[in-house]
Amino acid sequence: MSVGFIMLCHTALDRAAQVARHFSTAGCPVVIHVDRRAGPAAFDGMRAALGDLRNVSFCARFTCEWGTWSLTRATIAAATQLLDRHPDIGHVFLASGSCLPLRPIDELRAYLAARPGTDFIESVTTADVGWTVGGLDEERFTLSFPFAFRRQRRLFDAWVAVQRRLGYHRAVPKGIVPHLGSQWWCLTRSTLSAILTDPRRPEFDRYFRRVWIPDESYFQTLARLHSPAIESRSLTLSKFDYTGKPYSFYDDHLQVLRRSDCFVARKIWPHADRLYDAFLRTDPPRGELVEPNPAKIDRLFAKAGERRTLGRPGLYMQSRFPRQDRENGKTAAPYSVFHGFGDVFENFDAWLSKVTGGRVHGHIFGPDRVELAGGERIFNGALTDSVALRDHNPRMFLTNLIWNTRGERQCFMFGPRDNQSCNWFMATDPNAQISVVTGAWALTLHRNAAMPFEKVRAEAARLQRIETEHLSILRSMYVKARVRIWTLAEFVENPMEPIQTILDEISPRAPRRPSEAPRMRDFAGFSQFLQKLKNQGMQPVLVGDFPAPSEEARPAQRQRPYMVR
Amino acid sequence: MGIWQRYRLRLRRRRWRVRAWYRRRELTPVRDQTAQIRADSVLLFATLRNERVRLPYFLRHYRNLGFGHFLFVDNGSTDGSLEYLSAQPDVSVWSTQQSYKAARFGMDWINGLLARYGHEHWCLTVDIDEFFVYPFCDTRPIRALTDWLDTYRIRSFSAMVLDMYPKGPVDAVPYREGQDPFEIACWFDSGNYMISQNPRFLNLWIQGGPRARTMFADAPAKAPSLNKIPLVRWHRSYAYESSTHMLLPRGLNLVFDDGGGEKASGCLLHAKFLSTLPGKVAEELVRNEHFAGGREYRAYDAQLRSNPDLWTKWSEKYINWRQLEILGLMSKGNWA
Repeated sequence: MSVGFIMLCHTALDRAAQVARHFSTAGCPVVIHVDRRAGPAAFDGMRAALGDLRNVSFCARFTCEWGTWSLTRATIAAATQLLDRHPDIGHVFLASGSCLPLRPIDELRAYLAARPGTDFIESVTTADVGWTVGGLDEERFTLSFPFAFRRQRRLFDAWVAVQRRLGYHRAVPKGIVPHLGSQWWCLTRSTLSAILTDPRRPEFDRYFRRVWIPDESYFQTLARLHSPAIESRSLTLSKFDYTGKPYSFYDDHLQVLRRSDCFVARKIWPHADRLYDAFLRTDPPRGELVEPNPAKIDRLFAKAGERRTLGRPGLYMQSRFPRQDRENGKTAAPYSVFHGFGDVFENFDAWLSKVTGGRVHGHIFGPDRVELAGGERIFNGALTDSVALRDHNPRMFLTNLIWNTRGERQCFMFGPRDNQSCNWFMATDPNAQISVVTGAWALTLHRNAAMPFEKVRAEAARLQRIETEHLSILRSMYVKARVRIWTLAEFVENPMEPIQTILDEISPRAPRRPSEAPRMRDFAGFSQFLQKLKNQGMQPVLVGDFPAPSEEARPAQRQRPYMVR
Repeated sequence: MGIWQRYRLRLRRRRWRVRAWYRRRELTPVRDQTAQIRADSVLLFATLRNERVRLPYFLRHYRNLGFGHFLFVDNGSTDGSLEYLSAQPDVSVWSTQQSYKAARFGMDWINGLLARYGHEHWCLTVDIDEFFVYPFCDTRPIRALTDWLDTYRIRSFSAMVLDMYPKGPVDAVPYREGQDPFEIACWFDSGNYMISQNPRFLNLWIQGGPRARTMFADAPAKAPSLNKIPLVRWHRSYAYESSTHMLLPRGLNLVFDDGGGEKASGCLLHAKFLSTLPGKVAEELVRNEHFAGGREYRAYDAQLRSNPDLWTKWSEKYINWRQLEILGLMSKGNWA
């Protein structure tokens, strides 16, 4: 018993002829259907190229339109001819002109001979497949589709809409359950001839003539009526992308195709010379009957589909520029924003970088300089400390910074003196951890003795206004960031507990707790300073309930508070 | 976008096409081999002036990728570029002495040639110092890419300009004719690009890289644009709007996905910062035929005088397209 091939061809007929010759010289009869739309010159050329092969024949030609009955009709014509002319074949393999056999034909023959009664056809019910594209699952079988999807798209869509509106439903012929599956199958002679000679075939044909994409359902459905043993998978390696188009194979897929151990792959780019040269050599069979294993190729294509539909989170580039809320990750990795901490502690950034091991920057949105970690002038990805460049596009500055340092957590200081244009962006970014000590700016103002008080008052009012605005963002219902807010008064009461919480979140598996706390700045005279502000009519509400001047007696605060008490 | 603005953009496109048609008479064919162009040829269009030393490697790079025919406009070269090109078997070349600036920096000439020879062909429009790389360009010829784009009915393909520079002063290592320029200028900035969208033409506006970092750090709005859409399945009704940064009709500028996914894209490796630059700058400062009063060239001049090294310790050394893909400068998209 042998295997016969049906080849459906429409373009690159020279390649199809090459493959047909390969099948034929291996002793397999071939019937070729050439789309009528391929010109007469191309067809005659192919005919002439295969003229010397007695077991290759051409069947009646139909004009084939994707998604319509014409393809199935061509397949039926070719199958009938193949069965009639070659009574000795046991299996019929449906292939296309852009298929390429990856294993010696003798291996396929042996594989099929070992499974004489088995039909290899992917056949699943519509309810169970997730891969139908275009939303027409069940409706493929219950609506009528007289128009071509690709050529007459408007009519196609309008007709579907009309039928839905009218509640039109076609009756599925009695006794069959619609099944779907890959167009490329390999059926036994008995199953195929049972399908073709079924007395009810005219009825079935009439029905499938108006089904959408019958080439993926005609044989898949009818095989269920006649086959004694269906193996629901295709022997042809063929992968479809998220739009329903098949992936192509190129020269650089040679190794991965070889290792897949599939019998036939589709579709091959016609100019992939290396693939055609490598796989159309007549190699002797290896003698071992390994099962096809396309997992590696599946992964390759699954990744490509994911890249096209989801993209890399946090990447903004020439061909990925998501609009708001479609980012799939506004930034590439988690980062921490410390608002006001630089005002409360001395050298907080140095301490933090020692404790967390991450990269800790100063005020990267600062007004005079981009305070990159370690006072660097240039940073990963060749970002610079230029304020003008940063302010030209602050959001991209931030996303670039996070993208360029993937794998290393970034922390930076923030405050109301800084560029505020990323506040909404960070607040709605799940990667952001924002910790705020409100009113901490007052402490720095207080230390700036050189400034005349008139100016100090104005500056305090300005900073308080900016911070209030920022806080209203951080308290809005749209916040996705991890936000924690303390007033300065609350915070200095017991600073290490909140800091420990933040640190635990940054590195949950930190080996040990920091033994040393950061040194707090001098609070001497701060209460008087606040009182003076109030006396001038400026109420520093964000500082919180700081003790009035008389109560101030906390010299201990100046020392390093140790963590372990 | 109202009907009124759409109509104005349509008028604008008509204007560029009329200009291109009018200015075709400025071009004198020196060697016309366009009869060689086959229906499936991928074409390359470029304007040049005095680039003789770069041409051999330029042609080699693009012939290796499988480009079918080259169409050049020579704008008054005096260094033998024209003679060199006319001796090539797969090149058609036109010559003009007219003003580059008056022809909208050469775009009128190129639009004219595109309309005449590029209709329903894949056309790449580049400068002589731009080298196109795309996903899998080391294993798949340009036809693989254009065939793939055809199956998805994509008509335009983005390739951002990536400025390449040497370590040390640009003229420290002299560029030899026929040499791969990226043996010398093999460094680039990997992650300092700024993107915003142009609401009128819908294209992305990309700035950044070493030029923005060193020459326009105080005036970033004036930094050169790096977004380009050089590869287009041309139709005679299309027109390049400004250089190859954007096109009309503006739907062709939507080469990016705004739903989170990545479309496929490439890069134009820009070999400007070579030993040939100081001479070019001196010439162009006198000629004053470049964009925005030669702002860019004045900046180059200042840069070359003060601090000729663009290299930093965070510069990335070029290896191949896969590296650019991983860094997020280009993408394979759905192509596997």
